[in-house]
Amino acid sequence: MADTTARPSPEQVRWRTHGRTRRSTRTLRMRTSAVIVTLVVLAVLVVPPLVNLDEQAVDLALKLQPPSPAHPFGTDDVGRDLLLRCVYGLRVSLLVGLVAALVATVIGTAVGAAAAAFGGWVDRIVMRLVDTFSSVPHLLLGIFIVAMFRPGVWPVIVSVALTHWLSTARIVRSEVLSLRSRPYIDAAVSGGASRLRVIVRHLLPGVMPQAALAAVLMVPHAMWHESALSFLGLGLPSHQASLGNLIQTARSSLLAGDWWPTLFPGLFLIIPTLAIAGLAGAWRERINPRRRSELML
Amino acid sequence: MARMAGRRILFAVPVLLVVTFGVFAVADASPFDPVKAYAGTAGLTSSQANLDQLRANLGVDQPLVTRWWNWITAALTGDLGDSGVMRQPVADVITERLGWSTLLAATAFLIAIVLGGGLGVLAARKQGGWLDRCAGSAAYTLEAAPAFWLGLLAMWFFALKLGVLPAGGLTDTDSDVITFGQVASHLVLPACVLGITQLPWFFLYVRQGVADALEEDPVRGARARGTSERTVLFGHALRSGMLPALTLVGSRVPELITGALLVETVFSWPGIAAATVQAATSVDFPLLAALTVLATAAVLVGNLLSDLLYGIADPRVGFDG
Repeated sequence: MADTTARPSPEQVRWRTHGRTRRSTRTLRMRTSAVIVTLVVLAVLVVPPLVNLDEQAVDLALKLQPPSPAHPFGTDDVGRDLLLRCVYGLRVSLLVGLVAALVATVIGTAVGAAAAAFGGWVDRIVMRLVDTFSSVPHLLLGIFIVAMFRPGVWPVIVSVALTHWLSTARIVRSEVLSLRSRPYIDAAVSGGASRLRVIVRHLLPGVMPQAALAAVLMVPHAMWHESALSFLGLGLPSHQASLGNLIQTARSSLLAGDWWPTLFPGLFLIIPTLAIAGLAGAWRERINPRRRSELML
Repeated sequence: MARMAGRRILFAVPVLLVVTFGVFAVADASPFDPVKAYAGTAGLTSSQANLDQLRANLGVDQPLVTRWWNWITAALTGDLGDSGVMRQPVADVITERLGWSTLLAATAFLIAIVLGGGLGVLAARKQGGWLDRCAGSAAYTLEAAPAFWLGLLAMWFFALKLGVLPAGGLTDTDSDVITFGQVASHLVLPACVLGITQLPWFFLYVRQGVADALEEDPVRGARARGTSERTVLFGHALRSGMLPALTLVGSRVPELITGALLVETVFSWPGIAAATVQAATSVDFPLLAALTVLATAAVLVGNLLSDLLYGIADPRVGFDG
């Protein structure tokens, strides 16, 4: 808002009002997202220890009850309360997503920073490899890894992490490349700092916001990935039911015409995804205000 | 242009070599044992000598690089090994199923382009209007919704609740012959679900492109000449706004394959993606390896196509890259 004194052209006026309406919806979206994310975190952290209920408690007399005040989400095919199952499933999915995103971010940051800092043929080879592995569809690579290493928590985490570090490596590399030509780096180099010190002390802190943003955006994607693998029967074992497992086991009930065991786990996946994306979008606008028009997800 | 295409195809060779080697290396590092997989339950009772003999016969005792190279040279002659789960050569599985997957994917893309393009133009015409906001929110929600979940709900609603469409498969279970009508009615649900999962990005791109084009000089000029709004929208804005999105279709092959993996499994569509999932659940390495490489090749072809189309759509882009 530099030229507030100048008389605005009609176009500027239009843009400004346009901007104002957009800003208010943006704030609304950000606040809603923040509330939902808080609720999700509270639900997965507080509900399991507080409500001392067994989510595995089987009650065949109550099987496949439609949603009711006693069971807001209904019950599944062996009479387990679906609301409780969904909260526990979200807990598992979120945990897997968080760990996978963390591992992927660490690998991606290390590779991207190393490629950019060393430059030359190291950079060229590393980036060619990144390009090569980007051309294998992520889910397919994940399916392949899990199939070879047998389904389980760690193969799922590893397969999700191994397919997701590529984009972080690209982001971190380009960020380091743009930081490398800044005067403070020249100052550090001429001050006699070693290459490692320049990377760790001066470059990495500069790329942290971007890497952290990529990590946050990766969490819902990793959750999606995990549920897709679990749905295909290649994910977590059924005693650690994630949202994907819930949908997988709901398939037989769905074919019998009962929709609620399928519907609610899916909503538990979509709503946190949108909320995290909304928050991350607002954050991105703050750290990088120029890229407003970019797609959020 | 031919030179650029040729160069890109040459670049694809090392990429495919690295990917195949990666596939073999992962399998080599995993606890997966091809001998046990081949022998099945018989492997539990047979003697160690027999197992060793089998190991030698299958060529598994050779080092990783030799096995990889043997596979490559055999693959070049069209021999991709035998699939355990399908009980036929891998090459036959692919030729049998590739057509059905292509049909599904092409129909889905068509649905996404027509629906997404139309909605995108309408949304861009009145930016911030109710249609724009509704379609925008719906697009983000759909982007977040897992394809398998959408597929299951669509199956429940249209096949079970309304009973208007078949729930899955290629033909009815009681018919042996594949007729056009049967396939068409069975195609509707999977193609719509796959199309809808591809719709959000296309809609958002077209909307952005058309909205940008509406601010540009040609559109202003056309309006100043008194051209009807319809011609402005579809003749000028859509043309420059939709082309970039259309050229991106090729680069969306990975997302399409991901969607197909889930949608084909949900609807038991006899395509190549459903075969991949079957191969993975029963650890059928020859089939899985071939399909992974095939998918990578499809992605590379898609990227090439997208670049070529972009060059045709926008002559300012050179073909040197």
